[in-house]
Amino acid sequence: MTETFAPVTRFAVPGRIAVSNRTAAVWQTATLTEVRRETPYASTFRFAVPDWQGHLPGQHLMLRLTAEDGYSAQRHYSIASPPDDPGHIELTLDRVEGGEVSGWFHTVAEPGDVVEVRGPLSGFFAWPGDRPALLIGAGSGVVPLMSMVRHHRARALDVPLRLLVSARGPAELIYAREFGAETTPVFTRSAPDGVPVGRMSAVHVAPLLAEQPEGGWEAYVCGSNAFAEHASRLLVEAGQPVDRIRIERFG
Amino acid sequence: MNVTRGFMGRPRVHNEGLPPGQYDAGDDWPVLSAEVTPDLSPAEWTFRVDGLVEQPRTWDWDEAHALPASAYEGDIHCVTSWSKFGVRFAGVSLDAFLDVVRPHGSATHAVAYSHTGYTTNLPLADLTGGRAWIAWEYDGKPLPAEHGGPARLLVPHLYFWKSAKWIAGLTLLDHDEPGFWEQNGYHARGNPWEEQRYSGD
Ligand SMILES: Cc1cc2nc3c(=O)[nH]c(=O)nc-3n(C[C@H](O)[C@H](O)[C@H](O)COP(=O)(O)OP(=O)(O)OC[C@H]3O[C@@H](n4cnc5c(N)ncnc54)[C@H](O)[C@@H]3O)c2cc1C
Repeated sequence: MTETFAPVTRFAVPGRIAVSNRTAAVWQTATLTEVRRETPYASTFRFAVPDWQGHLPGQHLMLRLTAEDGYSAQRHYSIASPPDDPGHIELTLDRVEGGEVSGWFHTVAEPGDVVEVRGPLSGFFAWPGDRPALLIGAGSGVVPLMSMVRHHRARALDVPLRLLVSARGPAELIYAREFGAETTPVFTRSAPDGVPVGRMSAVHVAPLLAEQPEGGWEAYVCGSNAFAEHASRLLVEAGQPVDRIRIERFG
Repeated sequence: MNVTRGFMGRPRVHNEGLPPGQYDAGDDWPVLSAEVTPDLSPAEWTFRVDGLVEQPRTWDWDEAHALPASAYEGDIHCVTSWSKFGVRFAGVSLDAFLDVVRPHGSATHAVAYSHTGYTTNLPLADLTGGRAWIAWEYDGKPLPAEHGGPARLLVPHLYFWKSAKWIAGLTLLDHDEPGFWEQNGYHARGNPWEEQRYSGD
C-alpha cells in the first residue's frame, strides 16, 4: 500500500483563468456585421454580440445554426479578435469540403444574418498576456494565436511573444498582412523566392528555445491533430517542459 | 427557436442512436486532448484504486490482464458534437477491479486520474453495474497512444471526456470533486442524452 506513483509525463497544467459558468451556459444572438476574405479558403466573420461578457485570447465559443424544422448544428470556434473590442467578436473559418456549418458561412452568410453563440469557453488555452508565449499553429490553428498577437499589440505588452505558423503557401497564410517581427512563417508546398519549402522542424523550434526569456516560455500549440502531435513532439525534443505546453486540437 | 436564414443542414436520416446536438463522425475518430501524447509502455503502466475502499490495490499490466476479459461494443459521444457508432473496445470491466478493493458504503463518487495528471470526476454509480471498463484494445488491436493507449477508462454512456486516457487510477470519495475539464466549465456528469455539456446545462 506504499507504492509511489511516478507519472511518466507530467501534465495537470492548470487552467489559466476561472471560467464563468453562468455566461458559458447562455445562448446569445450574434449578428453578422462584416465578412472579410483572408485567403481563398478562409474568411473572417465579424459579429455584434451586445451582451458579450468579454474573453481572453485563446478561448473559444460554441456556435449554433438552426434550420426551419428545428434541426440544429453546433461547432466550436476559436475567437480571433482581441478582448478590447467591446460588443464584438470575430471568428475565422476555414472552408471545409462538404462542411455543414462552415459551408453555410462560406456560401450563404451575409451581413445582417443572425446566429447563436455561447461562451467564452475553457480557461485552459487562454493567455492573459502575463507570461512569455511561444505560439505554434498551422492552417486555421492560427486563429486563437492571432487573438494573442493582437492583444499583445493592442496593449503594447512587453512580455516576449513569438509565433511560428505553418501554411501550404503564402496565399494560404491567414492574417499574412498583419504579421510583424514576432512571426516566422513556414511554408510546406510553395514559398516566395529564396524561402525554403518544407515541414516545420527542429530547425525552426530550436532557436526559439535557445533564446529562453526569463521564466521560460509558455507554449501554445493549435491546429489539426496531426499537426499538434508533430509540433508538440518538436517542442519536447527541444527541451520545452511538457507541463508548459498547451494544445488545442481542432479534430 | 432562432432560425438561421438559409440554413438547412445536411440531409438527415432520423437516427435513434444520435443524442441531441450530435452528428455521426463515420469512420473519423477525432483526437481531443490538451496535453502532449505520452510515451507510456505497457511495462510502465499501472492502475490503482484507493480512497474509500477496504483494500487499496495497484495492478500492473499482467495482473490487470489476469482479470476476466470484458468487451464493449456500442456507441461513443464526444462533447465537441461527434458520435461514433458501433465501436469495439476490449479490456476488463471496472466491476472486476472494484470487487477486489471493496468500496466502503460511504463512497459515492470517484476521481479518475491519468498517468499524465489529467483528472475527471464521476458518480460511482456510473462506474459500476457493467457500465465502465479499463480498455486496452480498440477494434481488435492495441489502443493507439493518441487515443489513450496502452489503457484508458471507458464510460461510453457519458460524454467521452469522462473516459480518461492513459488511466492511472481511481480515488473513491464521499463527495463530488470537479476534475480538469469540470473546473474549466464543463458539466459535472456529462450525460449526452440530456446534453449536459457545460456547467449549468
Ligand atoms: C476548440 C475548437 C476550436 C476550433 N476553432 C476553429 C476555428 O477557429 N476555425 C475553423 O475553421 N475551425 C475551427 N474548429 C473546427 C470546427 O469546430 C469545425 O469542426 C469545422 O468548421 C468543420 O465544421 P463543418 O460543420 O463545416 O463540417 P462538418 O459538417 O462537421 O464536416 C467535417 C468533415 O466531415 C465530413 N462529414 C461529417 N459528417 C458528415 C456527413 N453526415 N455526411 C457527409 N460528410 C460528413 C465533411 O465532409 C467534412 O470533411 C475548431 C474546433 C475545436 C474543437
